[in-house]
Amino acid sequence: MTSIDLGLPGLRGVPTADEPQNRKEYVSDQEVRWCPGCGDYAVLAAFQGFLPELGIKRENVAMVSGIGCSSRFPYYLSTYGMHSIHGRAPAIATGLAVARPDLSVWVVTGDGDALSIGGNHLIHTLRRNVNLKILLFNNRIYGLTKGQYSPTSEPGKVTKSTPMGSVDNPFNPVSLALGAEATFVARTIDSDRKHLTDVLRQAAAHRGTAIVEIYQNCPIFNDNAFDAFKNPETRDDAIIPLVHGEPIRFGTDGRLGVVRDGFASLAVREVASLPGGEADLVIHDAHADDPAYAFALSRLTDAGVLHQAPIGVFRSVDRPAYDDLVRQQVTTSKETQGPGDLQSLLTGTDTWTVN
Amino acid sequence: MGVSPLPGGIGCLHESSGRPKLDLEMNRTVTIEVRQLDRVVIRFAGDSGDGMQLTGDRFTAETASFGNDLSTLPNFPAEIRAPAGTLPGVSSFQLHFADHDILTPGDAPDVLIAMNPAALKANLRDVPRGSTLIIDTADFTARNLKRIGYDENPLETGELDAYHVVPLNLTGMTVESVKEFGLTRKDASRAKNMYALGLVSWLFQRPVESTISFLETKFAGKPDIRDANIAAFRAGYNFGETAEEFSVRYEVKPARMATGQYRNISGNLALAYGLVAGAQRAGMPLVLGAYPITPASDVLHELSKLKRFDVTTIQAEDEIAGVGAALGASFGGALGVTTSSGPGISLKSETIGLGVMLELPLVVCDIQRAGPSTGMPTKTEQADLLQVMFGRNGEAPLPVVAAQSPADCFAIAVEATRIAVTYRTPVIVLSDGYLANGSEPWQIPVIEDLPTIDPNFTTAPNATNDKGEPVYLPYLRDPETLARAWAVPGTAGLDHRIGGLEKEDKTGNISYDPANHDLMVRTRQAKVDGITVPPLEVDDPDGTAKVLVLGWGSTYGPIGAACRRVRKVGGKIAQAHLRHLNPFPPNLGDILRSYDKVLVPEMNLGQLAMLLRAKYLVDVVSYAQVRGMPLGAAELAEVIGNLVEETEGIDDDARHLGADAAAVTHGEALHDPIAHNGHTSNGQSSNGQSSNGHTSTGHLNPEGAR
Ligand SMILES: Cc1ncc(C[n+]2csc(CCOP(=O)(O)OP(=O)(O)O)c2C)c(N)n1
Ligand code: SF4
Ligand SMILES: [Mg+2]
Repeated sequence: MTSIDLGLPGLRGVPTADEPQNRKEYVSDQEVRWCPGCGDYAVLAAFQGFLPELGIKRENVAMVSGIGCSSRFPYYLSTYGMHSIHGRAPAIATGLAVARPDLSVWVVTGDGDALSIGGNHLIHTLRRNVNLKILLFNNRIYGLTKGQYSPTSEPGKVTKSTPMGSVDNPFNPVSLALGAEATFVARTIDSDRKHLTDVLRQAAAHRGTAIVEIYQNCPIFNDNAFDAFKNPETRDDAIIPLVHGEPIRFGTDGRLGVVRDGFASLAVREVASLPGGEADLVIHDAHADDPAYAFALSRLTDAGVLHQAPIGVFRSVDRPAYDDLVRQQVTTSKETQGPGDLQSLLTGTDTWTVN
Repeated sequence: MGVSPLPGGIGCLHESSGRPKLDLEMNRTVTIEVRQLDRVVIRFAGDSGDGMQLTGDRFTAETASFGNDLSTLPNFPAEIRAPAGTLPGVSSFQLHFADHDILTPGDAPDVLIAMNPAALKANLRDVPRGSTLIIDTADFTARNLKRIGYDENPLETGELDAYHVVPLNLTGMTVESVKEFGLTRKDASRAKNMYALGLVSWLFQRPVESTISFLETKFAGKPDIRDANIAAFRAGYNFGETAEEFSVRYEVKPARMATGQYRNISGNLALAYGLVAGAQRAGMPLVLGAYPITPASDVLHELSKLKRFDVTTIQAEDEIAGVGAALGASFGGALGVTTSSGPGISLKSETIGLGVMLELPLVVCDIQRAGPSTGMPTKTEQADLLQVMFGRNGEAPLPVVAAQSPADCFAIAVEATRIAVTYRTPVIVLSDGYLANGSEPWQIPVIEDLPTIDPNFTTAPNATNDKGEPVYLPYLRDPETLARAWAVPGTAGLDHRIGGLEKEDKTGNISYDPANHDLMVRTRQAKVDGITVPPLEVDDPDGTAKVLVLGWGSTYGPIGAACRRVRKVGGKIAQAHLRHLNPFPPNLGDILRSYDKVLVPEMNLGQLAMLLRAKYLVDVVSYAQVRGMPLGAAELAEVIGNLVEETEGIDDDARHLGADAAAVTHGEALHDPIAHNGHTSNGQSSNGQSSNGHTSTGHLNPEGAR
């Protein structure tokens, strides 16, 4: 199998396409069946538009999803795909990635799929740093089962299963991923195609697990959950943009910024109120080794109804990928002990012969 | 009570050769008599920290290299180190070895080596009167005895008078023998298991070189410990040689076995090797996803050492992830394998169901243990049969195979791989704790003789669409096997999506069409039903038996031994054993219907019996025992004997066949012992030195087996 280094560590070992590809080649013949207006459409379109630019063979892309509205994603892409079972996609994708270094493996999952029933697999995949990319569609609701609250729903949420409001404290997926020692953690928004594509590009380039939380609107069961980020009136003050190497400044006319605040914490302040002005702002460092900084950033996300949250790449650091290490051990043992001789293995060292 | 120098305490003793021998080799001046035995059951028992499993393993290795047939039964507590000196902390290892082919680790020990009072107390009820007890007296203090409920010292009360007791201060003698190495008393006394091993190795004339080279390798990094263990082992051996207590040694000649090269192997090791062999025959890399669980963990341990055979092991975060990773690897064209025990299989059910739907190869090994729930993790049982047959939602049929002996785990793993790959389906392999940890001699197979397995990957379009363009239909089937066309990721032009949702016939697209679902459910069932399985063979020596005993899995040994006993006392009995539980062998129905009665012994409450009744409408007789231990050959012989007479219409009070069969002592012998000069052992220590060039020169056993 041909394998040309594209310069993207995340795709090392994946064969390159012979010819340039276009978006259409990645569109499957299956009719898309999400509700009209569902945020999943925008993500699919962005993804189909983005894949050709990777320049890898289409047949070497493998999508693995769990169960949920968002997990229908693989059916709509003309790549290899598996629509598996609820919550288990990271585990299945781990086996696939270990067995096949020549594949670009993507996991598609929802907030219920990844954080509720599949929470265990998610954190362990992140800690191992398997070379696969996780698209976490967070609509803060169970869409497919028609609208129960999810582990990311705001406290007090009234749904079919919580007529008096949910009493659950939610997860912040970015904080959770960082706590699980993820090496690449990002957040983006379904409707911002440019930003989404840019984050996907960085995720694809990353060697190891890259998790991208996508704020995804479910117009049927949780409409406008991310309205603050989309409404032209509010979005400038809502989106805290993370750009590596730049001060974290946002808001109408750049009036807001992020500063250090006490022990390992960050806070949003009016820039005008800072003694040093812009010089007091935190310069975003996605490559900081210590995850405490990225974690502090993640805490700037509202836990309840969303008014403000950082968007972009929180953390992107290098750590050996699990599947590379696993394969390296296989290689090393062949080199040091020689390729296995099955007959002599079966024979062992203590035998006797009956004539 | 004084010292009894083993005056015939061995249960199945033959008359002595009557020719007391002078053992020149050992520089001993007193005459040592060598008595011939045809078989011996020996049990080592001690605290779980006393190294009884290691001792048993070494004695087994010595015995295997000597050429006896053998069968072993380790038995240990679930706790790693239960409090020392207590009854729950007792660990034991039983070994049955013989000059003829045997099928079980033996019902009851002829010799018990008890390393402390708790080991004596916990094991005594299994030891028949007249047997030999070799007892380390060092721990027989009033306090230790009280702790386990002895008010008085059993060595002094006379309560052991019915046994041949050899009380020895093994610990004290061990400490004495390793004085020169300057170890603490505690460290020194830890070599007592090797002292005991040396003593019994002398007693039964075992070759010792392999144990010495084993100790050299095992403790290579700790010279003190290595030297102490070797010194203790030698001292134990020499003690037998010099002590006046021992004037008799025993000899069990090598067994007659089919010609070929042999080794000893445990079930879990055989299973690991079988999986590797299966993958190699299919030309596929093996990916194991597993989560540690007793008694399956050793398969994970063994496979993790075999990376150079293109074996990848993933110790997953849980059972679900283990099978998930395996299935993901299978999707990628590798042989995905997961190994577990009952509780783990429960957790894997949903993913196995996905495998049924995806129609991908997957080998799922269930090393059963006593349940339900956590049950008794270190004890054996066969109660997962119905779980693996039916424990999934929807109509989710899959093939089930079961190993019948430790060595058979190898062949069954190869067979499971053949079915999984050929038919693109998850396959369940059933083993159990008894097979997993038990061991037996194994005639080493020749790789080229194993079946070849063809994954037959699809690499080009296999159909045309309405427009006449070539397309790939992932659910187009081989008309013979009904296996679907399998293209793996990376194959150009054949990209496709599969999943757990119902699929349209041929295209694999999502479908909710009623008729299509009906068709797909029936097709998946038909595929499994149509798997080719060899016909069942019945052992019915003269074809006149009215009663058939039918078993599956690890009961093969006890059932076989019981049938031999019944035949020895004149009973007519047929025996057959199932290795394929789904689908059943094609001739099973006819066989069941051709006997007046069919007895089905199982270590569950009649699960196979239920399947047979449901499928064949034959009213089989279930014999069910769930004690966490293998079935006993004697009790089974009694049940069989009674059923044979009942079938012949003999009145209750006139029946004797069962009792007679149960009383047969040499029940397992089929052949006369070998007049051997064709046995050579090739013990190689792990450092590559040839350690044993034993060639037997023994006499013919004067009595032979009856
Ligand atoms: C074992 C199992 N339990 C429950 C379900 C039902 N179920 C399907 S999707 C889902 C929740 C999906 O929520 P999410 O992951 O947020 O996906 P979304 O539909 O919102 O995209 C549930 C509970 C299932 N398919 N399998
Ligand atoms: S229920 Fe919500 S998430 Fe699901 S398809 Fe409809 S809009 Fe999208
Ligand atoms: Mg959701």
